[in-house]
Amino acid sequence: MKVLVTGISGKLGRLVGLELLRRGYDVVGIDRRAWPDGPAEIEVHQADIRKRPAEDVFRTYRPDAAIHMATVTHLVHQSPDRMRVNLYGTRAFIQHCHAYGVKQAVFAGRHTFYGAAADSPLYHTEDEPPISAHAFPELADLVAADLYAASALWRYPEIATAVLRIVYTLGPSRHGTLATFLKGPTVPLVAGFDPLFHFIHELDAAEAIVTALAHKLHGIFNVSGPTPVPLSTIVKAAGRRPLPMPEMLFKLGLGRLGLPLLPAGAIDHLKYPIVVDSEAFRRATGFQYSYDERETINSFRTAG
Amino acid sequence: MLDNLLPIDPEVAARIEALDLRFNKFGVDPYGIAKNDLIRFVSAFAWIYRFYFKVDVYGIDNVPSRGRGILIGNHSGGVAIDGAMVMGSMLLDAEPPRLPHAMIDKFIHQFPGASQLMARTGQFTGNPDQAKRLLRDERLLLVFPEGARGTAKLAKDADSLVDFGTGFMRLALETKSPIIPFGFVGGGEALPTVANLKRLGRLMGVPYIPVTKWGLLVPKPTRFQLLYGRPMQFEGTGHERDEVVNAMVDRVKERIHDLIQQGRALREKRISEEDLVL
Repeated sequence: MKVLVTGISGKLGRLVGLELLRRGYDVVGIDRRAWPDGPAEIEVHQADIRKRPAEDVFRTYRPDAAIHMATVTHLVHQSPDRMRVNLYGTRAFIQHCHAYGVKQAVFAGRHTFYGAAADSPLYHTEDEPPISAHAFPELADLVAADLYAASALWRYPEIATAVLRIVYTLGPSRHGTLATFLKGPTVPLVAGFDPLFHFIHELDAAEAIVTALAHKLHGIFNVSGPTPVPLSTIVKAAGRRPLPMPEMLFKLGLGRLGLPLLPAGAIDHLKYPIVVDSEAFRRATGFQYSYDERETINSFRTAG
Repeated sequence: MLDNLLPIDPEVAARIEALDLRFNKFGVDPYGIAKNDLIRFVSAFAWIYRFYFKVDVYGIDNVPSRGRGILIGNHSGGVAIDGAMVMGSMLLDAEPPRLPHAMIDKFIHQFPGASQLMARTGQFTGNPDQAKRLLRDERLLLVFPEGARGTAKLAKDADSLVDFGTGFMRLALETKSPIIPFGFVGGGEALPTVANLKRLGRLMGVPYIPVTKWGLLVPKPTRFQLLYGRPMQFEGTGHERDEVVNAMVDRVKERIHDLIQQGRALREKRISEEDLVL
């Protein structure tokens, strides 16, 4: 079976590519970036998903299944075309799947879709609307891309489409939203708040994505690993020093004094939890994570 | 969070260990309850519960020792001392101990410190989805159907009841959970409020600021009566018409009113423990 992966040169994309290979799929990738030491069996086409050369890959390769991971998610580096990549890229992906007879599509989305608020329930289920896109406009494009991908469920019902909302990934690659936040020796926190953070080992995340494909999932599914852990506990277990700061100072200091440059809306994500119920995914696939909460954090901490 | 700031009471630690909770490798349960924080916090709170206040608890065996249930009772006394005392009785007096999840007002989680404390002890903003999930997970809920209007009762009205919402009853019906009514007496004496400053409260992000007889918002040492009634099981789906649900709510409200009256009579020594009908 032939599988096309967009965004394959990203840290998680590579793991997905390798896992597909391990399970015996034929893999081809599309990414603007190269994968310098990638396996010979995986051909990476350096192209922008929105442009003609990417469409040519769909046309000539005729994949049976496709996984869309070419979304820009860094909050730290705001780039003007981020929204365009995320929305038009998702549209192009779905249109090409339809036009070139792809039978299965997987959209790798984020659990931050649900937003963080003082009054939302602790465990989000897939039917919940995104409540705080207004408070965090920098995430609005990812929320819209998720909803757009889900529209393929009725637009092209012949394609088995799985929209995955995956919790933060963590692991030896030290890549991703949570890993970036934990980068420095001292991690600023909002004093008086200590939200639960839901995360999964990056290898488990890659495995979950491939598992969704193998089970021909059709629908929207939350994906999580071990039970959530308070942020301050994660910081300490990662060998970092937590530095709780009053919210006012935190806001003033963003991007200065060694504090990360975060959009204002991100502060809610440091005050309130985003935790998901992934029971539907577990029931549909039997997926079990391999790395528990401590092993996952250790793998991040001890990576070279 | 409270690392090393508060001493540990070994008896409290043993009771927290005995709770029916599944802690992960960091000592945190799936709802974010942290064992170590809970032990330290309850150790400090136990002193307030046992020595600063004094709570005469009756009918504690009416609370199921395991499985889902909703504790429903009256609010009074400016701030939710009653909620804290119910927590205390369940954690420190009940055998085996249980940790109730109170459905609290949204404003509490907006305050630094309070948010962290509530999150680590399993106290969530009241929300039907949250409540259903906890009940289906066989947890014990604590709900004050009068809400902030209940704590806002002035001292002279402390034993009265204001309107009950119907959410708790629909929840009980839908999840087939027993309701355990309770009456709490003495809140008006601990913190006798003479007025509530609503405008100032809104500026500070709370429903109101209570003003006590002595100005300060410090409760005086008080003896409370807390009476748990027999569990009430209602039959239905939770999707009945309002009239049907309201009639059920009224039965719970009458039961709580009756428990408050008995508690008041006990407090004034007009009856003795043997006369109680719980």
